[in-house]
Amino acid sequence: MARIETESWPATYDGAARERVGFFTDTSVCIGCKACEVACKEWNLLPEDGFVFTAESYDNTGALGSETWRHVAFIEQDVPLIETAGDGDDDGNPMRWLMSSDVCKHCTSAACLNVCPTGALFRTELGTVVVQDDICNGCGMCVPACPFGVIARRERDGDGRAWKCTLCYDRTKDGLTPACAAACPTESIQYGPLDELRERAAQRLQSVQQQGFAGARLYGEDPGDGVDGFGAFFLLLDEPQVYGLPPDPVDPTKRLGEMWGAAAAAGAALALGVAASLLGRRG
Amino acid sequence: MPGLGASFGRGGATTFQQDLANSDCIVIMGSNAAECHPVGFQFVMEAREKGAEVIHIDPRYTRTSAMSTHYLRLRAGSDIALLGGVINHILQNGLEFREYVKHYTNASVIIDDRFLDTEDLDGLFSDWDPSERRYDTTSWSYEDMQVSASAGEREQGGTMGEQAGHGGQGAALSHGEPPHEDPDLEHPRCVFQILKRHFSRYTPETVERLTGVPAAQVVWLAETLARNSGRERTAAFVYAVGWTQHTVGVQYIRAASIIQLLLGNVGRPGGGVMALRGHATIQGSTDIPTLYNILPGYIPMPHVHEDASLKRFLEVYSSYAGFWGHMPSYFISLLKAWWGEAATPENGFCFDRLPRISEDHSMYQIALGMREKTVKGLICAGQNPAVGSANAGLYRRAMADLEWLVVRDFVESETAAFWYDSQEIEDGDLRTEDIGTEVFFLPAAAQTEKSGSYTNTQRLVQWHHKAVEPRGDCRSELWFYYHLGRIIREKLAGSGEARDRGVLDLTWTYPTEGEIREPSAEAVLAEINGFGPDGKPVGAYTELKDDGSTSCGCWIYCGVYAGGENLAARRKPWTEQPAAAPEWGWAWPANRRILYNRASADRHGKPWSERKRWVWWDAGTGKWTGEDMPDFVVDMPPDYEPPDGARAEKALRGDKPFIMQGDGRGWLFAPSGLVDGPMPVHYEPDESPIENLLYGQRSNPVRQQLRRPRNPHNPAEGEQGADRFPYVLTTYRLTEHHTGGGMSRYVEHLAELQPALFCEVSPQLAAERGLANGGWATISTSRSEIEARVLVTDRMHPVTVDGRTLHQVGMPFHYGPRGFARGDAPNDLLAMVMDPNVHIQESKAATCNVRPGRRAAHRRRRGPEPGAG
Repeated sequence: MARIETESWPATYDGAARERVGFFTDTSVCIGCKACEVACKEWNLLPEDGFVFTAESYDNTGALGSETWRHVAFIEQDVPLIETAGDGDDDGNPMRWLMSSDVCKHCTSAACLNVCPTGALFRTELGTVVVQDDICNGCGMCVPACPFGVIARRERDGDGRAWKCTLCYDRTKDGLTPACAAACPTESIQYGPLDELRERAAQRLQSVQQQGFAGARLYGEDPGDGVDGFGAFFLLLDEPQVYGLPPDPVDPTKRLGEMWGAAAAAGAALALGVAASLLGRRG
Repeated sequence: MPGLGASFGRGGATTFQQDLANSDCIVIMGSNAAECHPVGFQFVMEAREKGAEVIHIDPRYTRTSAMSTHYLRLRAGSDIALLGGVINHILQNGLEFREYVKHYTNASVIIDDRFLDTEDLDGLFSDWDPSERRYDTTSWSYEDMQVSASAGEREQGGTMGEQAGHGGQGAALSHGEPPHEDPDLEHPRCVFQILKRHFSRYTPETVERLTGVPAAQVVWLAETLARNSGRERTAAFVYAVGWTQHTVGVQYIRAASIIQLLLGNVGRPGGGVMALRGHATIQGSTDIPTLYNILPGYIPMPHVHEDASLKRFLEVYSSYAGFWGHMPSYFISLLKAWWGEAATPENGFCFDRLPRISEDHSMYQIALGMREKTVKGLICAGQNPAVGSANAGLYRRAMADLEWLVVRDFVESETAAFWYDSQEIEDGDLRTEDIGTEVFFLPAAAQTEKSGSYTNTQRLVQWHHKAVEPRGDCRSELWFYYHLGRIIREKLAGSGEARDRGVLDLTWTYPTEGEIREPSAEAVLAEINGFGPDGKPVGAYTELKDDGSTSCGCWIYCGVYAGGENLAARRKPWTEQPAAAPEWGWAWPANRRILYNRASADRHGKPWSERKRWVWWDAGTGKWTGEDMPDFVVDMPPDYEPPDGARAEKALRGDKPFIMQGDGRGWLFAPSGLVDGPMPVHYEPDESPIENLLYGQRSNPVRQQLRRPRNPHNPAEGEQGADRFPYVLTTYRLTEHHTGGGMSRYVEHLAELQPALFCEVSPQLAAERGLANGGWATISTSRSEIEARVLVTDRMHPVTVDGRTLHQVGMPFHYGPRGFARGDAPNDLLAMVMDPNVHIQESKAATCNVRPGRRAAHRRRRGPEPGAG
């Protein structure tokens, strides 16, 4: 059983909880083929997202959204891929082309789920976060709550219900690998028990650093971060913001207690003031 | 693939993709493997993870470059110069794998004293006939040895050895051992010394001037390759159509083959030359050919005048030594497979019922024939030439000259719709009401809707099973051709005409299945595998006979149905079997995964090293054994000396691994098999903005030019008007689309990923021409002009060539006016100008001009585009 517990998993499942699963996306071996985007859309029956030429490198889908649940970012940089020393092949125009497949993070502390008023968003027995499309009423409260801008409302259906990656709940609950991970030809997208993935990622980071990849780091593996760790975390070759990812994501609902406390204190102070003034008047 | 055929004996990749993971150094050149072969690229990534050098050499920085440990940018069309620089550095510094070179290649063989090199003739080899624009190649022979012209000299430009090229009859030497050799490699006319002189002018500095690759990098490349070769290490070359689509493309592959032979990297794990094929079962479509000039298994197609009798045909095309010595068994078994009982010794096994060729009937000649109305009808299946062929505009006009056209496809492609939806119709150059072509569109079943096999890049035959029934009228190709043949035979039934016997006597009795009467693909595979005298499937091509007692649809596929089992359908996971994964599908020949693998052992049969062991001689059992099926006579000892009068494979020595060649050696120098030279020469592309800095001869003299009013060539450097086309144009593919787009542009989930035609330009060129990222550009050549969106990227960078700054423009070729992802067709820009060995067009290097904004016809029709650059 994975150590990284969430508020409702495994606690609310009694004996029915299964190992918490997730993704480890190792961007150092991503070849930018977009097979994950296509496999995701095919399995989840998602519509196309518009035929728009963006002139932004090879990225024409732009971002995650209600109709794109895997998105490959392409970042062209004028630094070398590997810091090599004097082997004579530097042509004076070093460059690298970073590619990274983004996805819902299935946060340990998931703001979308925490703010959902209908219970449409729920924590599955696998520890993943899923929207139930037959319950969602399209209120959209989850959209601003997500610190990554992942979940989004689909307007073309007319009801504005919210959609995002389900970590292929309809596959994983039956023991199948999610469509994107199954389609990935280089094992850039790895699926499995979160604990195992974290161990693998730590080893992988070491090996990548030894190979000379400058700036390699893990993103979202730390249970002490603002969302208590991601269920889908990454090995990046540069700072998260280079990939369009927030460097320090925080679940805004984590501060609810603090805010309630502050509100209560303020209320108490107000009450005291009122009481004092009344008492004073009496006096 | 004559480059490989002439070098090693067989026209297929010498290794398999999984084996790339065993390489210590992988040079990817003329290939964008990560984008075009993403699944197979995992093995390159695996090698990189194990510490291999991965070097990508390309005009563009692509997704493959991004995955490589090193990237070298070169000018499109200058690859032979760079490879020549590597060969020169190896030879000048003694970096070759001497023992391998001495025993396994033809380095020691003395060449005819009439042979003259490009060094002597300013860029031409001996016996050039300027009026016929062809070579007489007899002076390129081994001294005192008759070299058979394996496919005759029967076409414009000469195609001697064309079949050799594809399959490996290059080595049609009249007996096994070359008459004169110098084992010390010092005789001035031995191959080794000729090679050394030939490449001596490819110095690092000259190579830099030609290619734009700095001299230090040329040296670094050669040193890195040499450091990763030898007994303990191996290096591999990976190429694709970035090499073949040039007017001297076959010689690109020859140049890499020479490097690999010099460094001893062929037939060994982690080595070889990996030819990545363009799409699914392209290898299969040359094995069981869709080409006009060969029969299944690379047997030449008989010629109308020269191949009158079976006896003469067999004499000409059998070789004395090597496995082509059994060509009569392969060929007569093929005739028996096709004509069965009707094929008898008395009627020459129906040899006279085979169609004959009379000239070059390749794709572009057909297009010109359509224009000239000598070709009246066309059946077009699995192809979208209206956007996918060079000078596609000419092709579309040619289709308008046809009487009838049949298109079989999944979608109503640009080819099917050319008569009402094309650039010509849109621009008013053609009018639908003037086109007399009767067009039939027949919907095709997809691969999921039919069973059958793929033979992919590594000669691997893999079976796929039907998942669902085809919808509506969609039908498989097999269904279409089987029932077409059946109906034709019904219509001809009872005919007394001799000309109809060829069709009526065919064995056309395939069992059919299901409601739609789909022919059994397995029955076809069994026929291809062949049957022995007892009516049971044969297990190997060595069982075939030339007396009519065996039948076989393609001799190299013998064994795929051994024991009555469809071995192509095997899917044992790699984790449960040895490294070569022999029980995943089935690879020709004889399920060998690395070809010429006897070369993985030294001449005494011992592995060169423990680290690189693969196949070796086991003296105890008296057999070759190892990780793979030995590509050798399994019980022929390494010290075998052929006795007098030995023939075929028994005429080759036990230390000669290239068993399809007449002398058993890898060919550094190709005395036959190629029409444009025994060694590669740097020629400029047909269209190039610079002169040939090496020789007076500018471009490949034998290239096929097909100059016509609608197929003009851009003026070459030095000719009037050359400055109109100052930039280099190169075309290519994207991961997101498939060739002419019929399988991707019409699929929403793929189309949205690359929704529009674009051109890739450097920031420098964008500044020079005023191009805006995301705006429009018009790209022009003397054939056409097209418009495209602009993608300005640092991945494109000008190269410095002979002191000049040269800009290159890149365009993916997939697009056309239909489907979800649309655009003009970049193939409209290209000329029909071809390599003389294989008739492949030069799509990878041409000249062009670029200017901002949309093309003139568009502006005329719609007015200027606001804010579109």
